[in-house]
Amino acid sequence: MTDMTIRPDRAPLTVDVLAGPVSRLRKETAIRWFFFSAALVSIGISILIIWSLVNEAWTFISQVDWSVTWGETGWFPRRGLYDMPTLLVASLIVTIVAMFVAGPLGLGSAIYLSEYASRRTRSILKPVLEVLAGVPSVVLGFFALFFISPQLIERIGRNGWLVIGALIVLTYVALVAGWARNLMKREAGTPVSVQVQRILMLTLLVAGALVLVWWVNGVAETADTFAVKRSGQLAAAAVGVGILTIPLVASIAEDALASVPRELREASAGLGARKATTTTQVVLPAAVSGIVAAFIIGISRALGETMVVFMAGGAADASQFTSSPFDGGLTMTAGMASLATGTDSVVGEGLTFQSLYFVGMVLFLLTLFLNVVAGRFVNRVREKY
Amino acid sequence: MVNVTPSVQDALKGIRVDEDATTATDEIAITVPTAAASSTPQDEPSGDDLVFDVSELSVFYGDFRAVRDVNMKIRRNEITAMIGPSGCGKSTVLRSFNRMNDLIPTARVAGNLLYRGVDLYDERVDPVEVRRRIGMVFQKPNPFPKSIYDNVAYGPRVAGRKKGLDEVVESSLRKAALWDEVKDRLQDSAIGLSGGQQQRLSIARAIAVDPEVLLMDEPCSALDPIATARIEELMAEIKAEYTILIVTHNMQQAARVSDRTAFFSVELDEANDRRTGLLVEYTDTAKLFSNPDDERTENYITGRFG
Repeated sequence: MTDMTIRPDRAPLTVDVLAGPVSRLRKETAIRWFFFSAALVSIGISILIIWSLVNEAWTFISQVDWSVTWGETGWFPRRGLYDMPTLLVASLIVTIVAMFVAGPLGLGSAIYLSEYASRRTRSILKPVLEVLAGVPSVVLGFFALFFISPQLIERIGRNGWLVIGALIVLTYVALVAGWARNLMKREAGTPVSVQVQRILMLTLLVAGALVLVWWVNGVAETADTFAVKRSGQLAAAAVGVGILTIPLVASIAEDALASVPRELREASAGLGARKATTTTQVVLPAAVSGIVAAFIIGISRALGETMVVFMAGGAADASQFTSSPFDGGLTMTAGMASLATGTDSVVGEGLTFQSLYFVGMVLFLLTLFLNVVAGRFVNRVREKY
Repeated sequence: MVNVTPSVQDALKGIRVDEDATTATDEIAITVPTAAASSTPQDEPSGDDLVFDVSELSVFYGDFRAVRDVNMKIRRNEITAMIGPSGCGKSTVLRSFNRMNDLIPTARVAGNLLYRGVDLYDERVDPVEVRRRIGMVFQKPNPFPKSIYDNVAYGPRVAGRKKGLDEVVESSLRKAALWDEVKDRLQDSAIGLSGGQQQRLSIARAIAVDPEVLLMDEPCSALDPIATARIEELMAEIKAEYTILIVTHNMQQAARVSDRTAFFSVELDEANDRRTGLLVEYTDTAKLFSNPDDERTENYITGRFG
């Protein structure tokens, strides 16, 4: 009370007082720059990677004799035969088979976890699923080579797979056709989203039919060689990749289902719908973009998986062209891995080394495209709610 | 207050199964003073007129008793309003009328809730069948991300109806006073409608399954006064065909639209030291707002509490 010093707020106010201490401003600037440079370095590294990829790939593109990249007997980079269809078709086989494993199982788990599981069951199952996501792919490669290949693929045998494959594909075609029929029945003046869905449905239908033809054809082709013991095959690797992809599909699809507002489920229940009806008629359609995104990201993951296909795909260094999942084959990733490993590393005919980058660039563009598309679908879910 | 008179209470005691005996006496001990304080002579609804007969209803979430002592007799083709401060359990009670509380894993109901003479919580009762007869409109308009047509046709479709959907959709939208606004764009997404239109669509959707009772949980709380007025008008119009129960925060709304009003309040439950809702007074709306029997009701409606 007796202290008569002037309180700060009574002192004459100037801009300097309000400007605050200079040291604090300096500190903030320094912190800002630190984080900016962290971001800059990450981006810089990515750009350098892409640059080196494109640079070496360009050497290949500009110098290669294009006749050896299409229609040759197979992928023999050390002998100068760079048949891209060999790698592309093997990658396609692995991705499709893997998604037939990861799609239904991943979405099924997601639906169970989000719609049916009690809080307790969920708290146990979700971590288990996350552990599965953490399994190193080399472990799965081993599993695919020494268990899936002899015990599952070869034991079921050619006729078994012919039936199983045909059943799966037919179920898929029937489901899509049923959905498509529903969409076609709508009256004129339907919203654009319905038309987009129609196109999507048609694409899926055609794709399904093609897969069916390919499956029957491919399995029939390997009829005579099937019994021969082999060191893995694309199908075994694909199942392994599918198992690896399940947790990813499940967790993204579950996020999409969980983002559907509880009110919609209540409204459906309040109208006398059963749980299964609510799930298929309300929750799944409301989450459809997120689920499509989950599948696309799954595809992208399966396409990029290397270790499992490298170990269990049944081919090293080089491969004949094959369209059968029961032959050994090289995917794009496995082809790159085998080029970059081994005692002689990358030696051979002039462009062998550059072909690695070319394949890498094709793979990069494919996954980039898939991730961008998936991102768009995810954003659509976010916008709606 | 249309409450259980002493004689009915005696009768109920007789009916009650033995294992409930201890809790039953407990609850009655709490209720008796309330019943005595507000027993106005009233003609007892019975037979076809009596849609819900609720006695000694409590709802629990786990161990926590959210609401207790609910005794109500609800008549056919009347609008019953449920009012009270936040946390008094009025929505919880409403949601127990069509077993929506079943969707909450820990929720449990004790006491009697008879719908046209049948115990809704009998173990053989399928909640899905209950909800087809007792429809619900929620606080937030919640159209499905489907077309307007498919939204209204959803209930009949899940009930297995395939033919005559066009007629059902049209008549439901007409009853909900939405037909003229949407008849030219039935295939458009329902998400594009305004809030008031969405809520009327929710009502049309509920009406389309042809329920006997409509439960409305604060249906106007997200709407502006004009949209609210339309919904209230609509309630008066459809009252002839449905029995309506409405939970509302808005006392003026309760006074405007309802025939009877139930006032709920919150009190500290000495048993577990938590706040529990309870039914304080249930009587003719006119009487409740002009001359309530219970002091707590009077404090609330005159703005001295809540």
